[in-house]
Amino acid sequence: MEREKVIEVKDLVKKFGSFVANDHLTFDVYKGEIFGFLGANGAGKTTAIRILCGLSRPTSGKVLVAGFDANHPEEIKKRIGYMSQRFSLYNDLTVKDNIELYGGIYGMTMKEIRPRTERLLAKLSFNQYGDTLIGSLPPGIKQKLAFAVAVFHDPEIVFLDEPTSGVDPITRRQFWEMIYETASRGITVFVTTHYMDEAEYCDRVTIMNEGMIVALDTPSALREKYNASSIEELFLKIARQKTETA
Amino acid sequence: MAAVEAYNITHRYGKVTALDDVSFTVDDGELFGFIGPDGAGKTTLFRIAVTLIIPSGGRMTLFGLNTVNNYRELRNLIGYMPGKFSLYQDLSVEENLNFYATVFGTTLKENYHLIEPIYKQIEPYKKRIAGKLSGGMKQKLALSCALIHKPKILILDEPTTGVDAVSRTEFWEMLSGLKHEGITIVVSTPYMDEALRCDRIALIQSGKILGINTPDNIRRSYSQKLYAVRYPDKYKLLTSLRSLPLAPCPMPIAPCSEPYTLSPEPFGDSVHITLPEGTKPEEILKALETAGLPGATITEIVPGIEDVFLELMKKDE
Repeated sequence: MEREKVIEVKDLVKKFGSFVANDHLTFDVYKGEIFGFLGANGAGKTTAIRILCGLSRPTSGKVLVAGFDANHPEEIKKRIGYMSQRFSLYNDLTVKDNIELYGGIYGMTMKEIRPRTERLLAKLSFNQYGDTLIGSLPPGIKQKLAFAVAVFHDPEIVFLDEPTSGVDPITRRQFWEMIYETASRGITVFVTTHYMDEAEYCDRVTIMNEGMIVALDTPSALREKYNASSIEELFLKIARQKTETA
Repeated sequence: MAAVEAYNITHRYGKVTALDDVSFTVDDGELFGFIGPDGAGKTTLFRIAVTLIIPSGGRMTLFGLNTVNNYRELRNLIGYMPGKFSLYQDLSVEENLNFYATVFGTTLKENYHLIEPIYKQIEPYKKRIAGKLSGGMKQKLALSCALIHKPKILILDEPTTGVDAVSRTEFWEMLSGLKHEGITIVVSTPYMDEALRCDRIALIQSGKILGINTPDNIRRSYSQKLYAVRYPDKYKLLTSLRSLPLAPCPMPIAPCSEPYTLSPEPFGDSVHITLPEGTKPEEILKALETAGLPGATITEIVPGIEDVFLELMKKDE
């Protein structure tokens, strides 16, 4: 069964001066897949994500995101969603204002935005929060809203940068269920996390180290290959191995 | 003497109750962890402990000294690492350390042995300004600065948040080393897996302590047998498990008159469930097969800290 690729990366290299941040990355991500992107701080994850989001150009190599290469960043941006723990929604705007703003930026009309907003709030049981300022909402609710807004315009891919950092265990599970549901609708989810147990939620996981991809497979295949009981153990094995030889 | 004694600590910010009648004791020399999400009240509690804020109610002592009345003596005994990086970004690594040493009337040389295992990892960069350090190096510098006056107690507010798993492991190894030096350590973290590295932990949520015990005893306190169910399509598995007993009498999990929830919770590659009295695990597999999920597996597992946290949170609600 040939699966549809939404991200194709071949020999991607990104240099900053003489520093090689991404060293010949090659991988594909499929439609509707939950793709985990792991690595130590400074491994080159952020650099790669910035290129995939059309915010930065590769030094060399091929990148295709939603069918467009790195020379068409505006086309890429239209087809993706993005959410990070640090910045997601405007605290001094209401929930509805934030949704309108993001919908507008992605070229949706008010005619499309309004009914969708109602549906979104109803689905999350957040009807009572429509006119509430984001800043006054509890962190868990804010986090779920931020995700819903990131996929509001039905992107082909959504990039989540440490989306669950610091949230309580109940919210974390509700959040992952939203991710499952999104992926089941055919939206590809590209996620980074420092919670190694969360890597186990992903369909496939890649581990970066010193600018290179050192492992890429399903969590169970990786555990088996490296004879590790968990992704955390595997991660520590791989990363430690590298620093010792360095 | 206990290192920390907290009696009925309450703290309000206007109408918001950040801490609600919190009491606990930390023994001398103990590595004690506060585990809880953002907004649980960890930072407020730590600020009270380090004498930076006065609680709305209750009382706390460190080594018998009251955090409100004896704050001057206490500050010499405490090494504090706030959650937000608070060193001088435009001073170098070395300048920051010397500054902290001077403030506490000591020198880098005098207590070098204490910080050596940590500091020597960043010493090659001692001329670099703190603002230009990586996350892991900032964390090591902050810990060195908190230790420079040889405190009796270290109070570390989320030192590992946002730090990768390798640096986190190294950090906890450093803490074990300091514990062997006899320093009491109180640390907070949102990462449940780090709880296992503490002597005792307090689970904290919405300003209340849900439980205090050793990590092992916390795990044993889970009230039921816990099972992990696995199936390739995890979303389908989760939604199916949730609806199994509620479907029109498909299977013998529970009589339809009293719907029983299996409390399915996604946990990485599996879904954790509890079973009603008298239900065999195989019956779940049979029911899943009927629901169109053939070949699922089920195994009994030891509850983790996060399973217990979830159970306690639900009880509290």
